[in-house]
Amino acid sequence: MEELLRTSEVEIRYGSLPVVQGVSIRVNSGQCVSVLGSNGSGKSSLLRGIMGAQRVSKGEIFWKKREIQGLRTEAIVKLGLVYVPEQKMLFGPLSVLENLMLGAYLIKDQELIRANLKHVFELFPRLEERIYQRASTLSGGEQQMLAIGRGLMSNPKLLMLDEPSLGLSPLLVKELLGTVARLKQEGIPILLVEQNVKEALHIADYGYVLQAGRLVLEGPSSELLASDLIRSAYLGL
Amino acid sequence: MASEVLLQAIVAGLLFGMVLSVVALGLTIIFGVMDIVNFAHGEFLMIGMYTGLLVSQYTGADPLFALPVAAVIGGLLGYLCYWLFVRLLLRGPMLAQLLGTFGLMLFLRNLALLLFGSEDRSIQKGILVGKSVVIFGSCVVPSTKLGAAVLAVLAFLGTYLFIEKTKIGKALQATAINPHAARFMGISTDRMNALAWVIGGAGVTVAGGLLVNFWAVNPYVGLLFTMLAFTIVALGGFGSVPGAFFAGLIVGIITEFPGIWDAISLWTGWNWMYKVPMISFKYTWVYLAYFLIMLITPKGLFGWKR
Repeated sequence: MEELLRTSEVEIRYGSLPVVQGVSIRVNSGQCVSVLGSNGSGKSSLLRGIMGAQRVSKGEIFWKKREIQGLRTEAIVKLGLVYVPEQKMLFGPLSVLENLMLGAYLIKDQELIRANLKHVFELFPRLEERIYQRASTLSGGEQQMLAIGRGLMSNPKLLMLDEPSLGLSPLLVKELLGTVARLKQEGIPILLVEQNVKEALHIADYGYVLQAGRLVLEGPSSELLASDLIRSAYLGL
Repeated sequence: MASEVLLQAIVAGLLFGMVLSVVALGLTIIFGVMDIVNFAHGEFLMIGMYTGLLVSQYTGADPLFALPVAAVIGGLLGYLCYWLFVRLLLRGPMLAQLLGTFGLMLFLRNLALLLFGSEDRSIQKGILVGKSVVIFGSCVVPSTKLGAAVLAVLAFLGTYLFIEKTKIGKALQATAINPHAARFMGISTDRMNALAWVIGGAGVTVAGGLLVNFWAVNPYVGLLFTMLAFTIVALGGFGSVPGAFFAGLIVGIITEFPGIWDAISLWTGWNWMYKVPMISFKYTWVYLAYFLIMLITPKGLFGWKR
């Protein structure tokens, strides 16, 4: 399998406090990889570091074997890495449609934009119903749908989802992660950061577990689900 | 009689207000996109006025033909100011940005003083200069002010449509709302900031090119218009484009308060009103309005950022 993204011994600090220490992960084409861990384990910081939105103090990041560390966020987006942030970061005063079109900012081909829009509305019919509504007036679940839809508008070569289920009801979590599973089947490579360990591992092919900024466990999802650490620390078994 | 004086004042105020809203447009856009208050805004206007004056003097063309030249010079000036100066200030604290654009103001003003001297200069000839038209039956309006107002509305509308209807305009709005999120869409914050300065610079120099048709220019002329622009932006809401338009009209009418005062004194026949030299402190009312707006509704009529 072709290697898409690889981090090597990445370290990220907030001031003098290290939040990510020596983390190496890898995502191959066609793969869904999950980064798991509790609050404050450094998962989001790692993604922000990959996106150039957070300074990486040590280590290297490669996209298709080319070093991308130190590039500006816009340049990294241009390569096809798309980040759907944890706090959604929607453009609240703008409409659903305007938000989606901004997701396609780098695409010139109008046909492609139309096709992507159709795809997003197929995945999330509720967004189509609210097409002219301001993003800030959507419910939490709809906002998360919009954030993911906006990410999909640019034909991501790797979709990085930062805790898509955060703050949603169990029913919505199921619905949303079901959509993530569908995207995986469509062949979109996904890097999924989640606290819902069980659900995430059911979707992902491979998983990494972070604790206090360090990688403590990694392996194929089925192995992780059976491991003692996961069973005792995250699944309460 | 009283109603004619009142009409005259309101029409004059609205026409002047239309030009003022273009003066304020760049200030509100730059603030909206990058939360920076450009104290040198009035000096950009002064440069636009000198551009109109000098182009028409040296080429013999009508001052209105100098408008495209003013737009190019203003846009270029805005671009260079951003890339060579403001971008570096962004690395410092908020105070550095305030003091930085304040320094830019002093520099441009004194540069103009060095180049052009301190005396008032005005345009003597032009298609519109020295003529007037009568509208609404009895209202005499100088052609220069009417023409400037019409062109100002067109310029404002053009800028508004650019921001609302084009892809790059939406990207500008996205950066104004949340620059981090916009970067995740692939929108470069630096480019959008530079664009805001280009629009801001071009808009205000065009306003200067319009203004010089009926307003004498000197190196200090910027101060008055910076103050007027601040009032308009505060009233309309910092960062709000439609707000700048309506607030511009309101501030335009406030500047004609002495005319309204005269109308009231004619209507009531109160003698004491004639004795107040209202015309000599006409801008006091604008600054009083600014003060009251900040006190009563700090977010302005249209709120912060649309």
